[in-house]
Amino acid sequence: MREFFRKSGILSLTLLCCLTFAVTALAEDVIKVGFNLPLTGDIPEVGEGSKKAAEMYLKDINAKGGLEVGGKMYKLDFVFMDNESKAESAVNAALKLIEQEEVVAIIGPNSSKQAVPAGGTCNDNRVPMISPWSTNPDTTKDRPWVFRAAFLDPFQGPVVADFAAKKFNAKTAAVLFDISNDYSKGLAEIFKAKWEEKMGADAVVAFESHGTKDQDFSAQLTKIVSARPDFIFVPDNYNQVALIIQQARDLGYKGHFMGSDAWGTPDLIKLCGDDCYGQYFSTHYAAAGAQGATKVFIDRYKEMYGDVPADYAALTWDSIGLLVEGIRNAGEVDSNLRKMRKAVREGLASIKSFPGITGSMKFDEQGDPIKCAVVVRISDKGEFMFEESVCP
Amino acid sequence: MDFIIQNILNALQWGSFYALIALGYTLVYGVLLLINFAHGDIFMVGAYIAFFVATLLLGGDGLGLGLSPAVTFALCIPLTMVLTAGVGVTLERVAYRPLRRKGAHRLYVVITALMCGLVLEYSNLTVLGASRKKFPELLEKTIWHFGDISVTNLKVLVIVAAVAVFVFLNFIVTKTKIGMAMRGISYDKFAIPLMGIPIDTIIVFTFILGSSFAGLAGLLFAMSYPILEPFMGMIIGWKAFIAAVVGGIGDIRGAFVGGFLLGFIEIGVVSVFPSTYRDLFAFSILLMILWMKPTGLFGVAKTTKI
Repeated sequence: MREFFRKSGILSLTLLCCLTFAVTALAEDVIKVGFNLPLTGDIPEVGEGSKKAAEMYLKDINAKGGLEVGGKMYKLDFVFMDNESKAESAVNAALKLIEQEEVVAIIGPNSSKQAVPAGGTCNDNRVPMISPWSTNPDTTKDRPWVFRAAFLDPFQGPVVADFAAKKFNAKTAAVLFDISNDYSKGLAEIFKAKWEEKMGADAVVAFESHGTKDQDFSAQLTKIVSARPDFIFVPDNYNQVALIIQQARDLGYKGHFMGSDAWGTPDLIKLCGDDCYGQYFSTHYAAAGAQGATKVFIDRYKEMYGDVPADYAALTWDSIGLLVEGIRNAGEVDSNLRKMRKAVREGLASIKSFPGITGSMKFDEQGDPIKCAVVVRISDKGEFMFEESVCP
Repeated sequence: MDFIIQNILNALQWGSFYALIALGYTLVYGVLLLINFAHGDIFMVGAYIAFFVATLLLGGDGLGLGLSPAVTFALCIPLTMVLTAGVGVTLERVAYRPLRRKGAHRLYVVITALMCGLVLEYSNLTVLGASRKKFPELLEKTIWHFGDISVTNLKVLVIVAAVAVFVFLNFIVTKTKIGMAMRGISYDKFAIPLMGIPIDTIIVFTFILGSSFAGLAGLLFAMSYPILEPFMGMIIGWKAFIAAVVGGIGDIRGAFVGGFLLGFIEIGVVSVFPSTYRDLFAFSILLMILWMKPTGLFGVAKTTKI
């Protein structure tokens, strides 16, 4: 028995030594970054695209020997965590990344529905967070630790309104949005305010909502169609867009649809088919006809994964770029995690402009980038064609 | 007026799915007094089976047989129903029958059913991944316009199918010998074997009926709302179960009426109020119906069910 205890004592000691060694070894030359992504749930494509872009970045930088901070090379280590496209899971994923994985900073969540609550968690725990794709103002509002790479809905809403007024000669509009999604609801309200300011008090003839899991929109669409709007604005995720457009056509609606950046995934065409051809949406970048660094990114992504990167993939790439810049600005890697996180936050906050592949961005004091939006037309082949660019 | 008629048509279509699924709940409950909570997920499996059968028959990736959409649709109906019935029967064999043999309390069988539903959902998620599937178009869509009212041929087909299934099941249960045996088991499970009626065969037959119509509902649902995901059966399954209870669970007319009632209330609420009120109002109304008649609309207190 005593023998057993002695042996197990030695064994655990050895293990402990190995562990401490491993931990210190890790802490010394590895910078750990967490990713809070929707790998399952309502928008799995978004998580998958972001993950692919991140893995490409990781491969690039580690092939070069890592990231140089303060004259020393550090390898990057990415930890991917699934938030199931749910708000509460996004908070859990953020906490897990902060407490168990002990990451220096977090990239994601993508959608505002998850980014708004997870942003609160990161801010409270004093961990820098960059959301690649969230456009809702609340994500970063009064949260010094939260940053983003996308433009904001107060900018996107007017872009949509101006474009529709010009292109369709529209006087009246209808809106159908997802009430349980911060992104969709926020953008719908911003658009409504802008359109009514532009066209008069009753210019939004129908303002209808639905829930996330809904599949039948016929009651809402019957109301919308009977109000005879010039076009319907649908700031919704791609899976719902495919159902909404088809059901509106079934109910005899023949007019235009206009969407927002949540439309911008190749899956939209797979699910929606030719119902979506000829419709427009505002987004962060257009893959067709890109140039320079953007084209290099698109070509390499295509070569690695076989499909065109959607905007969230490009924005994830830019978010990692921003974070790397922030770490460089921090000057050195502190082994004290809390100090390191603070240094990275200061580094991020001191970025004044950044040449990203989704356009160059300037940052305001809130940590939000000021950048251009693109309006895209879905061609008859299902490609996202550049239509026009709108800058603030 | 047009607005109301259009919404009645919308409600008829939406209610048809509730009715079709509620019929499956009611059949199994009628015979076994078991709430088969996996039924909503059998509906989901039906939709996926329809998807794979349809893509296999249509071809496109070089794998398929390259049949025309119309032929595919005609073959899809029986194939989906048979294969989905297979899944239902397998569940009965693997999960419910062993428990029944051991004389487990009904509660444990209900919990097992809940687990089976989760197993179906997550095995789908694991095997096929989270990305959604687009159901191919099998029926060339025709939209008929009457003034401001628009009806698609698919909408009509769904409503007709729901009514036909109801009439068929009603006939089976009330007019045939096997239906009589089903009612017999419901009445007294212990005396029936003494009459020389093979109780297991009848139970399997019930599962075949319930699951094959869940499969049909899955096929029609996938054609109407052509985007499939692993959790699509969950909420619609729960709601159909509630519809069956309000109608009087165990009664076929009850499931049918309950399904359409829920469809009408949901569409009605959304067409007047914002969508957030839908479930609140819908289920408050159903709750009130149960207050007044706790056995459900067609339910009878503790006698023969089905």
